[in-house]
Amino acid sequence: MIMLDDHRTLAVIAPCDSLVVSMTAGKEQAQVRKTDYSIQTEWMLAVRDDRDRRAFAQLFDHFAPRLKGVVARSGAPPAQVEDIVQDVMLTVWRKAHQFDPERAQVSSWIYQIARNRQIDILRRERRPIPEEIARQEDTTPDASQVLALEQETEKLRQALSQLKPAQREMVEKAYLGELSHTDIQAETGLPLGTIKSRIRLGLERLRHELKTIGTP
Amino acid sequence: MTGITHHIPDNLLIAYAAGTLPNPFALVVAAHVSLCDDCRARLAAHEAAGGAIIEQSAPQEVSASLRDRVLDALDAPFEMPAPQPRHGVYPGPVMEALKGHPPKWKPIGMGNRQCIIDHGAEGSVRLLWIAPGQAVPDHGHNGLELTLVLQGAFADETGRFGPGDLEVADADLEHTPIAAEGAPCICLAATDAALKFNSFLPRMLQPLFRI
Ligand SMILES: [Zn+2]
Repeated sequence: MIMLDDHRTLAVIAPCDSLVVSMTAGKEQAQVRKTDYSIQTEWMLAVRDDRDRRAFAQLFDHFAPRLKGVVARSGAPPAQVEDIVQDVMLTVWRKAHQFDPERAQVSSWIYQIARNRQIDILRRERRPIPEEIARQEDTTPDASQVLALEQETEKLRQALSQLKPAQREMVEKAYLGELSHTDIQAETGLPLGTIKSRIRLGLERLRHELKTIGTP
Repeated sequence: MTGITHHIPDNLLIAYAAGTLPNPFALVVAAHVSLCDDCRARLAAHEAAGGAIIEQSAPQEVSASLRDRVLDALDAPFEMPAPQPRHGVYPGPVMEALKGHPPKWKPIGMGNRQCIIDHGAEGSVRLLWIAPGQAVPDHGHNGLELTLVLQGAFADETGRFGPGDLEVADADLEHTPIAAEGAPCICLAATDAALKFNSFLPRMLQPLFRI
């Protein structure tokens, strides 16, 4: 996000022509089109594409206090909690080029980084991670796919808040690392299938692009 | 990879996402996800649930110095070691565990071979090379056992497992996997049972003692 002097907000979604805001003069200001991406996605894209420090500070202010609670809950010694949060947020900055809003929301991506870093730091061993599918850095994101994934994630959040307290407790324990694989009930009551099919579409698009690039 | 019919069960995917799955199993999960877009998408869906929980969790005040430390470190030089790429039938995370070198096989009798990648208190993980038509050695059966096919195929009482397929077996499953005819069957196998070393036994006796 770039805040302009006169308080117009210009959302910068760099390579996507259809969404780049065109600045208009005078009265039409009010109709300046703003993207419908969530604010976290806009911050993250500004960090990824423009190395925007102000956007990164916004991400920090939003996620660091939440991460602090989550990291403390999943067994890190109190003295190390802030060190882990620091490491996670720096990794977000350093690995920003890997962020792909067609396949992951900012919060999912940060969850993944937080789990990896926490294990690497606390257990001093590298957690095995799957091969990365490299995003083509110069391709434009499919805005409809990004928005659809955001909508599915919103539905997931609502479903999460509608779980009965006992069930919610179990789901939180499972995802925050308080249950072993033998104790996890796979039935979470969360609508993950719809999200999965969205992510799958993003993956297929990516694979298709890689194939097209790979063939001369 | 297409044609995969045996996937990772949700409890293992969630435990992997949450970081509680012991490392030998985590390696098998990471290897399967490298080969299977369906499980990659399912894992990402579980990570979306994890992200939603972070999003909804109560913020805790962080110290002002933490914010300064992070913002001051943005320009600090850093190294991101490049992950090991896939090599032949071995997915990236397996090559990472092998530190970039192809497996060093050791004979285990009956023309079969193994390469132990890691063993410790949490269990063990190894590569198995099984000659066509041979029984896949039982790799210790006290608890959970994951077997991911990387090349060739094996079949047992529960079905046929080809490249990319994952067999999940617990202590209750009595099975005798046999490598299919054709290419040798190469598997990545993890177990939480203690690893037995039988290398001092005469090779002929090994099949009796199992390995
Ligand atoms: Zn799968």
